[in-house]
Amino acid sequence: MPSPRYWREVPSRFRLEAVRCRTCGKVSFPSRAICPGCRGTEFEKTALTREGKVVTSTVLYVAPNEFAMETPYAVAIVETPEGARLMVQLVDCEPDAVKPGLPVALEFRLVRQEGHGGILCYGHKAVPAGA
Amino acid sequence: MRDVAIVGVGMTRFGELWETSLRDLFVQAASDALHSARADHLDAVFIGNMSAGQFVGQEHIGPLLVDHLGMAGVAAGRVESACASGGLALRTAFVEVASGMSDLVMAAGVEKMTDGADVTDVLATAADQELEAYHGITFPGLYAMIARAHMEKHGTTEEDLSWVSVKNHRHGALNPKAQFPVEVTLEAVMRSSMVADPLRLLHCSPVSDGAAAVLLCPLDQAKQYTDRPVRIRASGLATGSMALADRKDIAFLDAVQLSAQRAYKMAGLTPADMQLAEVHDCFAIAEICCIEALGLVAPGTGNSAARTGETALGGRIPVNTSGGLKAKGHPVGATGIAQAIELVEQLRGEAGARQVKGARIGLAQNMGGSGASSVVHIFEGV
Repeated sequence: MPSPRYWREVPSRFRLEAVRCRTCGKVSFPSRAICPGCRGTEFEKTALTREGKVVTSTVLYVAPNEFAMETPYAVAIVETPEGARLMVQLVDCEPDAVKPGLPVALEFRLVRQEGHGGILCYGHKAVPAGA
Repeated sequence: MRDVAIVGVGMTRFGELWETSLRDLFVQAASDALHSARADHLDAVFIGNMSAGQFVGQEHIGPLLVDHLGMAGVAAGRVESACASGGLALRTAFVEVASGMSDLVMAAGVEKMTDGADVTDVLATAADQELEAYHGITFPGLYAMIARAHMEKHGTTEEDLSWVSVKNHRHGALNPKAQFPVEVTLEAVMRSSMVADPLRLLHCSPVSDGAAAVLLCPLDQAKQYTDRPVRIRASGLATGSMALADRKDIAFLDAVQLSAQRAYKMAGLTPADMQLAEVHDCFAIAEICCIEALGLVAPGTGNSAARTGETALGGRIPVNTSGGLKAKGHPVGATGIAQAIELVEQLRGEAGARQVKGARIGLAQNMGGSGASSVVHIFEGV
């Protein structure tokens, strides 16, 4: 992921910045120019609550090169109280323990590295709530 | 719009074809298609290809490939919709002929996947780079999430998934063009190594090289080229949310349903009129979700279809008689065209040991990404 692109995504990656549609109330994460629910274009900024529940998940045994040292690891779709859904890694627990409905907290973590010796790329990962 | 027919077909064997380059794969399939129709000219060529740029470092393949076909000058271009690129090329050619723009058009598909690129990384570019791939997900991983959602909602089991692979390998064993023309046992599938839980190696389509090509012309000119044209009754194309997280129901493929509804409406037909189907089984769960979204089985019941034999050769609605992506192979850009070729052979009664008796009408469904794009074509033997 080239650096300008990473820098551009900092608001959503670091602060979970999202937008709420002023017309239909749908929360989009990350922000969009046009609401996917009603095609409205008026938004207010909001930030996602750093918690949610697992909708579905998997455990990866064959990973992209950058993540090969981490297998097996869980990746889940998490829904926040705002109704936004995001894909994140789920860590600090046995990957096989991840089930639908599992309450999780979203924590600021290192996600990946931009190539060999490249910049460190941060974002959020989920951990079981209370862990 | 004019009625459109397929009048010629050609395809390479699918597999790890180390000795054959991207351009040679295309030339082989395209030449076979031209010869089969005794055609010596083309008005236009549309080539489905997901990622020659990443797989072999070659963009701009439209002129490159027609040049190597000895036809520099002909209108040509590449179309892309990830793994649905072939289906999109067929639709583009169909519209070109139906509209009256051109009379003899080739729809082709080609992918060269074994020249050393990191295939997992390249395929992951069909997912949302910012929201999905960034977090280390893979394509098997995305479909594994769909599988778990289907298990949670409909009680689907690992054994259900495995029967899809067993069935498609039984079909593929009868297909001389298949990459893996061998049967596999249920036990072998269920013991194969885990890729992305619950999907195991033998629930996943392979990495393949291959090319396929079909020739289209107006139905009323078809007899110039063949005694057995196959009419394209309808073409349906649809898109859905790119990111899996944005789908209302993760266990349901909206874009597949929408593309099918558009095709059924255009043809004036219903799912019950289909006598066979080629569907996009890039992973075992995909076939289960696709037959539900296509209306070939009731929602939530796709999981038992392979086990009961409903979708096997001889069953109520044979699905993936070619062996599907699983056994035939999945050179991604070529897949949509190869599906059309299976339909043509079936509807001409030329499918040999794989023949569905009396087949007259069938469909092919080709899908991109985790289901964000889908193309359905309905064919009729004439």
